[in-house]
Amino acid sequence: MSLATTFTTSAIRANPAWTQLLGLCPLLAVSNSVVNALGLALATSFVAVGANVSISAARHVIPHFARLPCFVLIIATFTTCAVLLMEAFAFGLYLRMALFVQIIVTNCMILGRAEAFASRKGLLETLSDALGTACGFAIVLLALGTLRELLATGGLFAGMEMLFGATASSWHWQWSDTGQGLLLAALPPGAFLIAGLLLAFAKALLRQTQWQSSPPEAKR
Amino acid sequence: MAELALILLGALLVNNFVLAQFLGLCPFIGATGQYDAAAAMGLATTFVLTTSAATSYLVYHGVLVPLDLAYLKIIVFIVVIAAVVQLTEQYLRSTSPLLHQVLGIYLPLITTNCAVLGVALLSLQQDLSFAATLAYAMGAALGFSGVVVVFAAIRERLLNADVPAAFAGAPITLVTAGILSLAFMGFAGFAD
Repeated sequence: MSLATTFTTSAIRANPAWTQLLGLCPLLAVSNSVVNALGLALATSFVAVGANVSISAARHVIPHFARLPCFVLIIATFTTCAVLLMEAFAFGLYLRMALFVQIIVTNCMILGRAEAFASRKGLLETLSDALGTACGFAIVLLALGTLRELLATGGLFAGMEMLFGATASSWHWQWSDTGQGLLLAALPPGAFLIAGLLLAFAKALLRQTQWQSSPPEAKR
Repeated sequence: MAELALILLGALLVNNFVLAQFLGLCPFIGATGQYDAAAAMGLATTFVLTTSAATSYLVYHGVLVPLDLAYLKIIVFIVVIAAVVQLTEQYLRSTSPLLHQVLGIYLPLITTNCAVLGVALLSLQQDLSFAATLAYAMGAALGFSGVVVVFAAIRERLLNADVPAAFAGAPITLVTAGILSLAFMGFAGFAD
């Protein structure tokens, strides 16, 4: 399989985030605004790419029987790096979602790709697979974040300066005058409901284009 | 004592880990297909969650803080959780083969349950005492088990329902979870 196919397969066709509902916790928890979604997507991509490439590079050294603890330790190392980096460069944003950055360790999507792909394939292939997985995750996260922020506040891109510096504060775009919208979208039930509706919409689309791969059922 | 009860109740109902804080969603969605299995997993998680929260507290305040290594907490906690899971499995296998048979397959999965790590990290973030950490962990664990069992029961009923084709499977599960979460919002304000 060429690198480009690996990338698109893991980004769109077989992305763990929606075919197996892996890594759902951060997906629902941090998707209440675009800036939160973007911040977590960046942190998760960093960990996914860094950890999977390291695992691939060390795959001949890691003993088979102890591979899962090794994978988890490598992922935990990169998560700690992500936490320290965010504390240093995006502290305001980090405070908003501290727990969910720290919890990237237990994101089963990353461990799943490590076990299923990185521990068996070469560096370049793993890199494109990890990038694809991260992109797919980011797409879902941003789609949810955009929808929820739009519905809940009637605006978009509030607080972008926390990620891109002071100039980004002018990116905030307000559509409704009152600054209020459907509060439900920002609350926990809204996250479940909107994710469910989005997934049903995607399923209906796939059904029409007859482009449905049959993924294995989620096991955890 | 009243304070501990409030902490327990808060973690159990008001800030329910699954429905209000989005922790432990993978087993919540993935392992609630059957009622019995969900109950067994809830039991195993309750035990591991409480034990590892207590152990993490002791390791953090007894080892990491004196050595000035607090920034390593994520790595250390995940090792603690994996160790607790492993020891529980060994212990069950030697003392109660029957219980091991029921819970065995769920134990390894608990290592990647983010609620377990979440409780350890959240109780640190809130600067809880040891007793309060225990109450918090108990509340979180019971809340997780309760919701998982309730949800499994709902899903068994859902099997007989006529679901629109596009909603079949994961989407209807998420929408159901949303409605359940809506019901739990009614507890808001009881305790924080």
